Amino acid sequence: MAPSDLRRPYKRPQLSDQQRRRELSLKRQEQSRDAELQARRLASTLLSLPPEQQPSDPEPEPSSSTDYDLRDASKLKGPAARKWFAKQLMLPEWMIDVPHRLPHDWYVLPRPAGRRCFVVSSDGTTISRQRNGTVLHRFPSALPHGSRNRDGSGPPSYSILDCIFHEMDQTYYVIDMVCWKNYSYYNCSTEFRFTWLKEKLAETKACDPPSYYHKYRFSLVPWSRCDLAGLHNAYAGEVPFIKDGILFYNKHAHYQPGNTPLALVWKDEHCSQYVIDTDSKGQVPSHQQVVLELQDDGKVTTSDDPPVVFSCLNLDFIQQSGLQSGCLLRFAIGDGGLTIVDGKLERADLHYVGTSNRARAFADTYSKIMFQSMARGSPLRIDDLVASISSSDDEADTLDVEMAV
Amino acid sequence: MEITQYLLSAQSADARVRTEAESNLRKFQEQNLPAFLLLLSVELANNEKPVESRRLAGIVLKNLLDVKDSATKKHLAQQWMAIDIAFKSQIKSWLLQTLGSSVPEARRTSAQVLAKVASIDVPQKQWPELIGHLLNNMIQRDSSADLKQSTLETLGYVCEEISHPDLQQDEVNSVLTAVIQGMNLAENSSEVRLAATRALCNALEFAQTNFENETERTYIMKMICETALSKEVEVRQAAFECLASIASMYYSVLGTYMQALFELTSNAVKGDVEPVALQAIEFWSSICEKEIELQKYKTADRNCWDSLPDFVPPHSRFIEKSRISLIPILLEILLMQEENVSQYDNIWNISMAGKKCLELVAQTVGFVIVPLVIPFVVANRVKPDWHCREAAVFALGAIIEGSTIYQDLGVLLKYCELVRELIDDLLFLMNDENNQVKETTAWTLGRIFEFLHSPVGGFSVITSDNLPRVVDILVKSVKDAPNVATKVCRAIYTLAEGYEEAGMHSSFFMPYIPRIIESLLFAASRADLDDLKLTSAAYESLNEVVRCSSSTEAPQIIRELLSVILERLSQTLERQIVSSDGKEKQADLQASLCGVLQVIIEKVSSADDLETRSIMLTQADQMMFLFLNVFSCRSSTVHEEAMLAIGALAHATGSEFGKYLPELYKYLKRGLQNFKDYQACSVTVGVVGDIVRALKYKVVPYCDGIMQILLTNLSSEALDRSVKPPIFSVIGDIALSIDENFQKYVDSAVPMMQRAAELCAQMDSNDDELLEYGSQLKCSIFEAYSGILRGTKKSKIMMPYAQLLYEFIGFVLKEKDRYHVPIGWDILLRKALAAVMDDLADLLGTNSKTLFGDLTARVTYTGACLQSDCDNLK
Repeated sequence: MAPSDLRRPYKRPQLSDQQRRRELSLKRQEQSRDAELQARRLASTLLSLPPEQQPSDPEPEPSSSTDYDLRDASKLKGPAARKWFAKQLMLPEWMIDVPHRLPHDWYVLPRPAGRRCFVVSSDGTTISRQRNGTVLHRFPSALPHGSRNRDGSGPPSYSILDCIFHEMDQTYYVIDMVCWKNYSYYNCSTEFRFTWLKEKLAETKACDPPSYYHKYRFSLVPWSRCDLAGLHNAYAGEVPFIKDGILFYNKHAHYQPGNTPLALVWKDEHCSQYVIDTDSKGQVPSHQQVVLELQDDGKVTTSDDPPVVFSCLNLDFIQQSGLQSGCLLRFAIGDGGLTIVDGKLERADLHYVGTSNRARAFADTYSKIMFQSMARGSPLRIDDLVASISSSDDEADTLDVEMAV
Repeated sequence: MEITQYLLSAQSADARVRTEAESNLRKFQEQNLPAFLLLLSVELANNEKPVESRRLAGIVLKNLLDVKDSATKKHLAQQWMAIDIAFKSQIKSWLLQTLGSSVPEARRTSAQVLAKVASIDVPQKQWPELIGHLLNNMIQRDSSADLKQSTLETLGYVCEEISHPDLQQDEVNSVLTAVIQGMNLAENSSEVRLAATRALCNALEFAQTNFENETERTYIMKMICETALSKEVEVRQAAFECLASIASMYYSVLGTYMQALFELTSNAVKGDVEPVALQAIEFWSSICEKEIELQKYKTADRNCWDSLPDFVPPHSRFIEKSRISLIPILLEILLMQEENVSQYDNIWNISMAGKKCLELVAQTVGFVIVPLVIPFVVANRVKPDWHCREAAVFALGAIIEGSTIYQDLGVLLKYCELVRELIDDLLFLMNDENNQVKETTAWTLGRIFEFLHSPVGGFSVITSDNLPRVVDILVKSVKDAPNVATKVCRAIYTLAEGYEEAGMHSSFFMPYIPRIIESLLFAASRADLDDLKLTSAAYESLNEVVRCSSSTEAPQIIRELLSVILERLSQTLERQIVSSDGKEKQADLQASLCGVLQVIIEKVSSADDLETRSIMLTQADQMMFLFLNVFSCRSSTVHEEAMLAIGALAHATGSEFGKYLPELYKYLKRGLQNFKDYQACSVTVGVVGDIVRALKYKVVPYCDGIMQILLTNLSSEALDRSVKPPIFSVIGDIALSIDENFQKYVDSAVPMMQRAAELCAQMDSNDDELLEYGSQLKCSIFEAYSGILRGTKKSKIMMPYAQLLYEFIGFVLKEKDRYHVPIGWDILLRKALAAVMDDLADLLGTNSKTLFGDLTARVTYTGACLQSDCDNLK
């Protein structure tokens, strides 16, 4: 065959729209499959992890490459599953600068003080589990299949809510939804999840006062558009719980396990009792303290992905102190403070304090350290948020004008 | 002999006579194949028989050795190999003897049949004397010119059929010597030289060793170059064809000859007749393709291709070095358009070849082509001769892609500025008096938007200043002649594509959307169309416009559009159509409309707000009604399109979709059983996934039927293999959706998965395509296991299969260290693997020790472990 026959249609054959539609379908199907499996794995872990962190469990040896031996599956199951589980909540970053277009793309909600947990209802029982894997409560609830009361009502199912348990009024404040009656909502936007959560919760009696088959009340945290009124309500409005700062959720974001900049948390003295971190004795230390993870090469880093390097330890020092890579170490930030150049950390004046409390699973995130640092010096104030929202409105106006021209 | 009569009767005009003869021949063949083949070869060899019967004897013989269909081909080869060697020797001997026949047709047929025999016997080392025999024909003094010619033809055909390792180097040497001698001008007739040159073209592939030797290589090149100057057009053409092949195969050793080759080919392009000039252009195009390939190696990620750099020959930059003289020649060729030939009619002539070559040159040299072409564009765009204007516009369109890829933003911004200056001229040419000029202009606009219009990327030829004029002209030109309007639709497509997911950047395009939609709807339904090219182009552009519409505009746009599309789809169902042509058109139209509906459904279901999403719920009944009616057309493309839309609808409506399943079920079944159109089958498999995810337990009553078909499909040889991985994945989907109800399928489904896993272990790791398929298959088997393990966790019914899954995991882990997994698949495979390990550990719980206690294989896998969050791997 003459080579020319091969390239007859001299115009590069474009990807036909049909082919594109086919591929987009495949992509959607794959994402849905992943979301279903993800929800199922989470539910399974929620239901089957041992209720408490067992003291006999050896600390997992964290390392970048792990030898996995199936014979050890059961042994690994505990710590490894815990570690996996700890990354399943969608964790807000700390707000260190104000995102653009707050009123257009973001929701705002007051954050109840309390314990963040997943609540799973399945098989006639409801379990709430904190980020470290320990069971907070095992109880009957009016969530779907959350108590024995509703046996026989429809095929078995499981539902997973993202909540904060508020001690004072013994209420689960629901902030998000991962799964409802076997339908996974990982791939849905915040706007959709929040609206749907409201509807679905209303279909149950979960928000009713406690009863025999419903031990704890559930309640929706009121969310609204992040315009001036919305921000004001979240910041200063009356709520039935103790507030610990305010949360911002990007409307278009999917439920993203782990740290994400698409959800943010912010606080000041007015809306939170605990703006500046305290030490184990409840005192505010004179210098900011941070917890960082030691890497193989002696670098100490945050728990972000990718990690942010704060400093590098002397290898002799590491050997002398008997520290191992993966250790969580506590440092104080000296008077030299943090040097930021072009938005990037250049240098940190770190002073080694000691190893961190063993209960901790993760180092601090970059945004947390920065927020705390700013809180001690020049915090981001509510006025800054208000100003940003106001200018954002102006921006939209000018854009409208441009469009009209 | 009665066979002659049968062969003649089989060509009779009288159908009855013909059928009877054919059936007699078949009977003969079935009763005694070896004897039948022998008889045919004797018939072909016999100079006293009529040409007609000899010709057919040759054809029948050939068809009993080789056909297109690969399964049958394999069968035929086995059949031949089973024949007694005595018969085969006789047949071969008759065939070889026929090469010297005085009847040209018998000689040629025999040469072809010989090549087919060789294609089976030579690789099996069953015909070692063939090459020697053929060479003998060339050496013998008394060999006639006819015998030499047909011998050379045979050599050429044989080289085409077999592959490099089938010949020993000394055989290759002899073949090349014989062929080169055959090309000798002084000694041979033009027929012999033509056959020799053509044979050389096929033999080049075997000449690797010879091309490594400079003396031999130079000798071969010299002969070809001399032959390229022959008197006879066909011989010259064949010689240039050799040069084009050499450009692809022996690029790295061309340096010394390049100057001479460049002159030779330039002269041919400028002065020779078209068939020769085409081959000369082909030479350049081949050099371009080679250099483009070399650049790809350079840019490919080294980590994934660690073994490759050794094989990459040096990049000689021939095109870049000769661009100053080469490009003007190509631009001249662009001016040689034929009258009234639409460029898109797939006619291969010199200006087409020049156009293709210019595109390739642009891809080879990149941005440096721009200053060499733009002056031509500027000078010719306003000339009175339409050839000039068309060539000018074409040249611009042809270089856009090549000169923009891999460029940094600075260059692109400058480029945009340059092209922006020309936009008004192009818009002006959309009103040209010449249809071809308009068509090319629309095409070029489309290319410009495709490659120089990316608001998200920070560069675009479009500004809020010129956008109104651009839209205005495009919208008007949709009413132009169909060939022009079709290209205009494509330009609208690429214009809109730039605004897809562009957020704020798309805001100044949004106001034009209603007008664009209106014009596309008009174009799609124009009454003056003979075919549906414009209609489908218009609907495809409509799809893109819907995709790019912003979330604030989309709901309103979709509400209006949806009713029009539903109305149009329902109109196609009202018409009574009898002719097959009409039916085909109806089906194509329905396919396009279903495509639009799919895009609308996807758009709506990905909306953030419930109000927009609710559009689907209110319209779902009518849509399903139409889709089900469309299925009655039974055309597979429309089936596929409607299926895709239905999958999207199931995803959008969730459990509400349940009410449609009773009616839909039979079409699902039909789609799953459509082996012939495996694309439709594959799409249906995906849609089953959508449906089970949407319906969960509600799908249980249908699962017996669905699972039965899926399992039958998996074990079928007739189903295209590409459908099998999606089937495994969807089995996982089903298990996950119906939980313990899946128990009853475990004992039939899991063994299938195990068999496929065994198949993975036997795959040839040297075949790239197979490696990719293997990775896909492994991923899908893991997905099936994941779904089943999670779905049936409570009953622990998977316990007995845990060990085999464990072994499969171990196999894949170990294999991963040995072979490289195709790019892209390593991540997916790792993800699926990490997930299934987690799922298995979840099943085993505390039992894993007792189960695996005696297994000592320790499996190391870097990167995939329980700790690694699947999302990090995405």
